[in-house]
Amino acid sequence: MKVLVCMSVVPDTTTKITFTNNDTTFNTQGVQFIMNPYDELALTKALDIAEPVGGAVTIIHVGTADAEPAIRKALSMGATDAVRINAAPTDAQFVAEQIAAYAQDKAFDFIMTGRESIDYNGGAVCGLLGALLGIPSINVITQLSVTDKTAHLERDIDGGRETLTCSLPFVASAQKDLCEPRIPNMRGIMAARTKPLQAVEPIASANHAVYSRFELPQPKQGVRMISADNPEELLHLLRNEAKVI
Amino acid sequence: MSVIVFAETRDQQYKKSTLEAVSYGKEIAQKTGGKVIAVSMGNASDPSLLGNYGADEVITLHSDTFSAFSPEIYAAAFADICKNLGGKTIIISNTYSGKSMAGRVAVLLQAALATNVVDYPDTTSGFRIKRGVFSGKAFAYVDLQSETKVLAITPNSVEIKTYGTTAAVSAHQPAALPASATRIESTQTVSGKVPLTEAEIVVSAGRGMKGPENWHMVEELANSLGAATACSKPVSDMHWRPHSEHVGQTGITIKPNLYIAIGISGAIQHLAGVSSSKVIVVINKDAEAPFFKAADYGIVGDALEVLPKLIQAAKTATAG
Ligand SMILES: Cc1cc2nc3c(=O)[nH]c(=O)nc-3n(C[C@H](O)[C@H](O)[C@H](O)COP(=O)(O)OP(=O)(O)OC[C@H]3O[C@@H](n4cnc5c(N)ncnc54)[C@H](O)[C@@H]3O)c2cc1C
Ligand SMILES: Nc1ncnc2c1ncn2[C@@H]1O[C@H](COP(=O)(O)O)[C@@H](O)[C@H]1O
Repeated sequence: MKVLVCMSVVPDTTTKITFTNNDTTFNTQGVQFIMNPYDELALTKALDIAEPVGGAVTIIHVGTADAEPAIRKALSMGATDAVRINAAPTDAQFVAEQIAAYAQDKAFDFIMTGRESIDYNGGAVCGLLGALLGIPSINVITQLSVTDKTAHLERDIDGGRETLTCSLPFVASAQKDLCEPRIPNMRGIMAARTKPLQAVEPIASANHAVYSRFELPQPKQGVRMISADNPEELLHLLRNEAKVI
Repeated sequence: MSVIVFAETRDQQYKKSTLEAVSYGKEIAQKTGGKVIAVSMGNASDPSLLGNYGADEVITLHSDTFSAFSPEIYAAAFADICKNLGGKTIIISNTYSGKSMAGRVAVLLQAALATNVVDYPDTTSGFRIKRGVFSGKAFAYVDLQSETKVLAITPNSVEIKTYGTTAAVSAHQPAALPASATRIESTQTVSGKVPLTEAEIVVSAGRGMKGPENWHMVEELANSLGAATACSKPVSDMHWRPHSEHVGQTGITIKPNLYIAIGISGAIQHLAGVSSSKVIVVINKDAEAPFFKAADYGIVGDALEVLPKLIQAAKTATAG
């Protein structure tokens, strides 16, 4: 069995987001970058499925060499090898095109992504990859097992959950309930140092979108305190001042 | 130059987010010219009503395969009709199903894709959209450069407008569809409850509620306000509540009109997912809780004591 897991590298969740160059560039000063939390789930599930049958799990990342510590973490969790497409991604479509070009002729049994990357929150790569490779894409899955060329999955749908089966190959995106992320152990960390991490040059790809400017949300005007003994006043304000009920 | 809107349904009714998407499409058509055509797949009870929200035409597509939602099949059929109609701007709701087909539609139409769109585009020069990034901690303005564009609009981002007109409805035959590699075995939906991502009012609670046995109060308050319920991450990690209610940077990002946070401290990862809410109410026993800095209204008090009074007041207020 061969599995491909896509990983993005994102600012740590405690990061205070700021921008530079007239709000055109994300300020990476002092920011710690981590493996996207949903991709930890995607990788953990892929390993749980591939390891018992002696399969291989390849990690792929589209990005610059700065990401290598995060890629090593994925290797220390248990991935067999890693590929880095050497390009700074411009948007989700660029990422998906690069990954599709790599995966095209490698006959992966299935591909995993995270539900979304917590920086640009596109939630797009899974569907894009599915269409580019001509395989089914199943978003926001909370369960996955594979028997005999058939996958059994559960996915979140609007207002509920769905159980489905799918033939291989397919691409699916990991949602929170899928599993608990693996924590690398000492042996894993040692082994990761010598696992193959290959850099591959990107293919030419059309640029569909250009990020021109960023903006922070409007700060709140200040909080209006209401006595705990007077919840009627809160409801009155919500109805007549804020007009939200 | 038509604007094509994917008209998503639930239980054969158009969702509120669909009406928003149609109004969004109309706003674009008024600037760029062209018609707004809503495409309704499967059975919807009254397609012509979309006219009232800005659709010039409604096209219905019927096929037995549409009874189960498959992103491949839906995207293939929808992209095909977009091509036939010469649609250049394609509007889909940024719901689970909408988002799972948007990427596929973009590939099939060789279009630029923007998900999480939170406002109308600026078309004065080019086509610039605004989308939420960093889980609600910021917004980005993005220039879409391809001739065809697929936009997924975050629910509750734009107003529903009405035009007092009905739309002409015509049934079309979908193109030959690929066989789906997926098979739906069963579907469990919570009926009669507002889905969190689409709710206008959300009542959310954290560790300050002390335990799952106290959640009946959260639900009662939500019911009396017609709200959906949500929770902080530790609450779903401890299985007090299902993970589908977890909001924040690693959960769901929401933007209701009203977010009521009870016994939630207001950690940066939590705020990320909810700070786009129009009005925030915080109830916390600690007057120094960071959440008050992000709130519009606040009550300092013990949730277990404040809630019964608040529920009573909400019932009286909504009854009147
Ligand atoms: C990688 C990462 C990702 C994360 N992602 C998320 C996320 O997506 N969403 C999220 O929510 N968190 C997330 N967190 C966790 C976040 O940092 C906080 O730990 C969490 O939000 C705290 O939850 P809480 O407010 O319910 O609990 P606590 O921080 O324990 O706060 C409880 C609050 O309740 C108040 N309280 C206690 N008793 C009462 C009472 N009787 N009446 C009224 N108030 C009371 C207290 O004053 C306190 O303010 C993440 C953390 C990490 C490290
Ligand atoms: N630069 C990248 N390299 C590899 N995979 C990525 C990259 N960006 C996003 N992905 C994958 O796509 C998923 C969804 O990302 P997005 O569509 O950007 O929200 C992530 O969880 C990753 O699995």
